[in-house]
Amino acid sequence: MATQQSRSAARLMMAPAVILLLGWMLVPLTMTLWFSFRKYLPLRGGDLGWAGFDNYTRFIGSSSFWPSVQATLVIVGGVLIITVVLGIILALLLDQPMWGQGVVRILVIAPFFVMPTVSALVWKNMFMDPVNGLFAYVWKFFGAAPVEWLSQASMQSIIMIVSWQWLPFATLILLTAVQSLDSEQLEAAEMDGASFMSRFWYLILPHLARAITIVVLIQTIFLLSIFAEIFVTTGGAFGTKTLSYLIFQRVLESQNVGLGSAGGVYAIILANIVAIFLMRIVGKNLDA
Amino acid sequence: MGSITLSKVSKSFGDVEVIPPLDLEINDGEFVVFVGPSGCGKSTLLRLIAGLEDLTSGAISIDGADATNASPAKRGLAMVFQSYALYPHMSVRKNINFPLKMAGMDQAEADKRINAAAKVLNLTDYLDRRPGQLSGGQRQRVAIGRAIVREPSAFLFDEPLSNLDAALRVNMRLEICDLHKTLATTMIYVTHDQVEAMTMADKIVVLHDGYIEQVGSPLELYESPVNKFVAGFIGSPKMNFVTGPSAQKRNADSIGIRPEHIDVSSESGEWEGVVGVSEHLGSDTFLHVKLADGGMINVRASGDLKVKYGEKIFMSPQEERIHRFDPQGLTI
Repeated sequence: MATQQSRSAARLMMAPAVILLLGWMLVPLTMTLWFSFRKYLPLRGGDLGWAGFDNYTRFIGSSSFWPSVQATLVIVGGVLIITVVLGIILALLLDQPMWGQGVVRILVIAPFFVMPTVSALVWKNMFMDPVNGLFAYVWKFFGAAPVEWLSQASMQSIIMIVSWQWLPFATLILLTAVQSLDSEQLEAAEMDGASFMSRFWYLILPHLARAITIVVLIQTIFLLSIFAEIFVTTGGAFGTKTLSYLIFQRVLESQNVGLGSAGGVYAIILANIVAIFLMRIVGKNLDA
Repeated sequence: MGSITLSKVSKSFGDVEVIPPLDLEINDGEFVVFVGPSGCGKSTLLRLIAGLEDLTSGAISIDGADATNASPAKRGLAMVFQSYALYPHMSVRKNINFPLKMAGMDQAEADKRINAAAKVLNLTDYLDRRPGQLSGGQRQRVAIGRAIVREPSAFLFDEPLSNLDAALRVNMRLEICDLHKTLATTMIYVTHDQVEAMTMADKIVVLHDGYIEQVGSPLELYESPVNKFVAGFIGSPKMNFVTGPSAQKRNADSIGIRPEHIDVSSESGEWEGVVGVSEHLGSDTFLHVKLADGGMINVRASGDLKVKYGEKIFMSPQEERIHRFDPQGLTI
């Protein structure tokens, strides 16, 4: 165990990092809280004084609030389901020995390196464009009328784009987990008469539980604040306005910092509710 | 029921032939031990029998029925792995239940078998624990339990004791032998430890570079090894090999004599040497004796022999215990 001296030395050494991180987090949080109680309209007079809970009641009372919460949760849930399911399948496939394994693995990871804005634009213009997009050609080839993806199936399109971006992350984490499974266990199960599906269900899936938990938790953190993909594709139209997009609109388009800050506080609350649910459902996989 | 016949079985990984074609007959109820230095192909041979590896050529039949291309589950064999390969997220009960569940057995019958196995293996108090909460020996017994509930026609053990400490190893050795006597089922046991082979086997198969060097009972191998490799591998401490005049005198290229078959004297003998390290075990004393020509002879003398480092002694081999080898290393 550490001695008294090494413990106080450790505290001293860690202090700068802790203080910096704390400041980094606390300053914006305090400012958000502060502004959320002010009537603050940058282009229409600036800080116009104390507003009480006005901003909070107005934000939650807006007709866009509950749909935006719903949109956020649908996108998060949809992307999580797609990335975890496809991630497991891809991880199992990539674990098989095959020719050109290294190249294939790099290709699989590649989408993760593309900036969200860029990948959303590529999807919007090259795949989903109803006139020039690749999908439009495929549809026309089979004699069907091209789908106007971003307006007719806007939610599905956004989920598809975001899933494409996050699939590599899930695959990578799950692949390392698959590789760490003891092959003797699988052989023992094979001798015990387990078919591939039983081996998957009774051995591989329980083994992956921890990795799946990590994928779900980390992705949720990032997906709750998803913004760029919506900004460059639908601009929040066609029912794809998420909570973070609504806050953006309130602050920048309506130039109402106070109202937006109140929305930010609601976003924090939503994130915490989601976090509590997630920890209840999957958190137990992290101990043991 | 559990006779296994290998005919012309061979295995190659790419261009490397790990096991050249070999034949082997394992009778029902026998305890067969595959022994050999690491990399001799003994584990591969076991995995071929288990069905975890495909044969390159040849045929395997179990109980007279061809099983060359049968899946591992269809062969009716059970295997205990070196790492035990227990399922970490399942309790001991579920681990043992797993093969029965996969076979679709009625749960009441399965529970009966699990409880019986747990009783035999002293696991009754641990049935609801996870493998991670058990000691090495207990995990080993769970792995054996998982194998016996299936009532297989033969058990395959892949170096099952190598992860245990020395005392536990001796214990488990006895338990496995006991189990073999109670169940009277064929057991095939792979080990690199010739002591395990000697103490447990009805029949030892000595493997070297994929070839079967000799098959026989422990005492047959000890008393009449067919070649130098078997002679040196079986027995502890190792047999001494001597070339030169003493070998030529006996019309051989080299002779072998076990440390326990050498008489020590302070006055006269065939060989003269200087005592190096002597290991006093109480019951015996192992002497490492340096000969004048630089060779070493290991001698096993009685425990009360008092010799000092650097002392000069004389040794003579017991004539009837000498093994003679030709230049190819075969016994004459």
